[in-house]
Amino acid sequence: MRTFLTSRRGILTGRLLVGTAVIVAAAILPLLAIDIPGVLPGPTYTPGTLTVLAYAMLIAALALSYHLIFGVAGMLSFGHAMFFAAGAYGLGIILRLLAPTGMPSEVVFLLSIGITLVVALVLGNLVGALALRVSGISFAMVTLAIAQAMNVMIRRNVGGLTGGEEGITLTVSVVPDWLVGVVNTRNLYWMALAVLVLVYLACVWVERSRLGHVVAAARENELRVTVLGLRPYLVRLFLFGTAAVLAAVAGMGFMLLQSSATPRISTSDFTLTLLVIVVLGGVGYRWGAIVGGIVYTLLDQRLAALASSDVIAGLPDVLRIPLSEPLFILGMLFVLVVMFAPGGIVGIAHRATGWRGSKKDVEEPAVLQDMEA
Amino acid sequence: MTTVLLLLITGVGLGALYFLVASGLSLIYGLMGVLNFAHGSFLTLAGFLGWEVGRRVGDGSWAGLLTGMLVGLVVGALVAAITELVFIRPLYNRHIEQVLVTVGLGLASVALFEGIWGTDPIQIRLPEWLGQTTDVLGANIPNDRWLLIGSAALVLVGIVLFLQKTSYGLVIRAGVENRTMVTALGIDVRRAFTIVFAIGGAAAGLGGVLASVYYGQVGAHQGTSLLIYAFIVTVIGGLGSLSGAAIASVLVAVIQQFANFYLGGTGDLAVVLALAAVLLVRPTGLMGKVKH
Amino acid sequence: MTAILTVRDLRARIAGQQVVEDVSFDVAEHGVTALLGRNGVGKSSTIKALLGLYERTGEVTFAGQRIDGLLTHRIVQQGIAYVPEDREVFGQLTVEENLRLAERGGAPNRGIVAELFPELIERAKQQAGTLSGGQQQMVSLSRALMNDNRLLLVDEPTKGLAPLIVGTVTKALEAAAERTPMLLVEQNLQVVRALAHTVIVLSGGRVVHTGPAAAFLDSDLVHRHLGVSTDQEAA
Repeated sequence: MRTFLTSRRGILTGRLLVGTAVIVAAAILPLLAIDIPGVLPGPTYTPGTLTVLAYAMLIAALALSYHLIFGVAGMLSFGHAMFFAAGAYGLGIILRLLAPTGMPSEVVFLLSIGITLVVALVLGNLVGALALRVSGISFAMVTLAIAQAMNVMIRRNVGGLTGGEEGITLTVSVVPDWLVGVVNTRNLYWMALAVLVLVYLACVWVERSRLGHVVAAARENELRVTVLGLRPYLVRLFLFGTAAVLAAVAGMGFMLLQSSATPRISTSDFTLTLLVIVVLGGVGYRWGAIVGGIVYTLLDQRLAALASSDVIAGLPDVLRIPLSEPLFILGMLFVLVVMFAPGGIVGIAHRATGWRGSKKDVEEPAVLQDMEA
Repeated sequence: MTTVLLLLITGVGLGALYFLVASGLSLIYGLMGVLNFAHGSFLTLAGFLGWEVGRRVGDGSWAGLLTGMLVGLVVGALVAAITELVFIRPLYNRHIEQVLVTVGLGLASVALFEGIWGTDPIQIRLPEWLGQTTDVLGANIPNDRWLLIGSAALVLVGIVLFLQKTSYGLVIRAGVENRTMVTALGIDVRRAFTIVFAIGGAAAGLGGVLASVYYGQVGAHQGTSLLIYAFIVTVIGGLGSLSGAAIASVLVAVIQQFANFYLGGTGDLAVVLALAAVLLVRPTGLMGKVKH
Repeated sequence: MTAILTVRDLRARIAGQQVVEDVSFDVAEHGVTALLGRNGVGKSSTIKALLGLYERTGEVTFAGQRIDGLLTHRIVQQGIAYVPEDREVFGQLTVEENLRLAERGGAPNRGIVAELFPELIERAKQQAGTLSGGQQQMVSLSRALMNDNRLLLVDEPTKGLAPLIVGTVTKALEAAAERTPMLLVEQNLQVVRALAHTVIVLSGGRVVHTGPAAAFLDSDLVHRHLGVSTDQEAA
């Protein structure tokens, strides 16, 4: 029995069981009445709490897609938000365009999802093909520039499609009933959970694949990979495109959850927030992205409520003002992590519990290396 | 013809603003290999404090404005130097971490500014002359542009003199070319790092006050929006090249003005396309060198 | 003879690649010790690792002090000068500025520059990037010789130079070696024969031979380790 538990098969089965247990626990949350005052707005069966948790899971999924680019492949992209925006805006725009065509709404809905995915794939590959021609800081700048251009176009309401600064809303007439309305918040929660699980599995699949190993090897030692006859450019491009599609999936979920999208989700600030999330959670660890995403969302959503509570309102201004700003806390936490604990939250947890996962997890993620232009 | 002249001169005026922000970015990257994402925050803080002090000296008066500009210069230099000493120096030689730290500081500081001064920009009062125009060959140039151009020119001359005539300037010029060799000569480059941050911070600080003149307001996000343009200018000009930053500032701003006027407000887009074009054709920028 | 520099178990990596495997040797406190080996074997990397320019592990002791944990500029300030492969003068600065930058300590000896390389005095205001290879090497050497040093680390000083300049450089090194011990990386075996009393031979990132220079150069060990016969350049 003991040999089974420590054998490779045993570890994998153990992981599978734990993973399944976590998913099941998350799935039944809406049916329970767990209440964490201060952190959650209400017990877990309430729409308010479920919305916050669903949002957290979508952000976690988005952070996972960024983890693929930054954590696994070591590519510092400042434009990742554009793919999330492509998913959200794409779904919204296409739904609105197809709604009046008279096709049955299920068809319209599924078709819109499909088209949005294709658009995201194409966009991801175009941007990647362009940006990957340079590396390091130049690569970061190209992604920043392209994302900025998209942000500008969205804000200018190009073609009358994007709604300018106000953004766009969901055309609910063509969205399945069970995904619309406060009464169906539970379904939206499960939708978000499904998105997170899907994106997570996709990440695992990519990272464990030969492609994933080549990309990680190329991050450490590009020369060796080239000498082996492999093309870093192509593997990185494939990874970049995949991450773009996954981000778009999260974006579509976001659109369904929020029933609207604004230009804020296409700003470089948002991408930088993603970067902070991934590093805070722990670069190179999948769970780092998830933990970071959830911590960030909870902070972001709940801090406003916390700030107006008596505890914080009573503090002198010098303390009250910084503590009322989620991004300030996040930013400074991030700074502390980068300076003193580059492994992030997950890294700290690993060290504290002495848990030995796969060899990759135990080594300090090497992505935080010197990167020359 | 007068339109072209107007666009050109106002373009140079905007370019002056970009240069004030980009000069520091370029030197910092050139010497240290660090993309300073906190640079915008030096600008914003200086803008706020310059305004706060200036309006108490004399709201809307020249004395107030000039005091504000001086305060901006000093605040920028101080905040930048402290940032370098506390957050950047401990991460010596770890460039990615240094960039990440500036990202975190940039995000945190903007949130802090919002907390202190609110999320909406604050309109400011300025000396009347700045709101008036001067006739140059038929084109009516807003007078604030002259202030911008003059200030940027002075800063450029000041930095060049510093680099050419002082021993720290010598270390910086050498370090921009080959930082490793400078350490191999027994020179502690870390002091030069702090100085370069201070210089860049001072220029950005002055830029912050002048940005509030240009836009007529101070706001928590002023630095962030300018920072993106400053990055673009720095990369187009060539990371590490002061002259490149100067040329690119003017070029980018003029392109922006012309595109906005003749191509229906697509100035932002034009600038971004220019960046993509430069990066694909000449990745080291117009005047950049290969970095060690 | 005691050693001015003691190296034990030096290992260095760059970008995930091991460039110095396991190197141990001593540098005598007088004269020239030559570091030899085929191209790519890790000679320059060893020098750079000694200076702290690469991430390294191992023990390096200079004049009784451990220097393996110090930052590069602190190592150099101990009195170790570096003459890099490829000269690495600052092209945008003038000759005069290059020299001024290199001045360390109270009284730099500019006289030695005038003595060995009078050309440089004439070209003081010239941009270093416009100098010929040989002239740049003079600048690079001057930087090291001007100061009061206790050890010189010289990496392929004659690489790419015309025979006439090779002679000038060799004479300068000879003069320097009379006062200061030197660790010299060199492919040109005639120069090695003229200057060095001891050779250290690297292969595959490790030391494979240490011994008197003349004996090594006259034996067939030269052919075995460097792939050439004497009086030729190493491959």
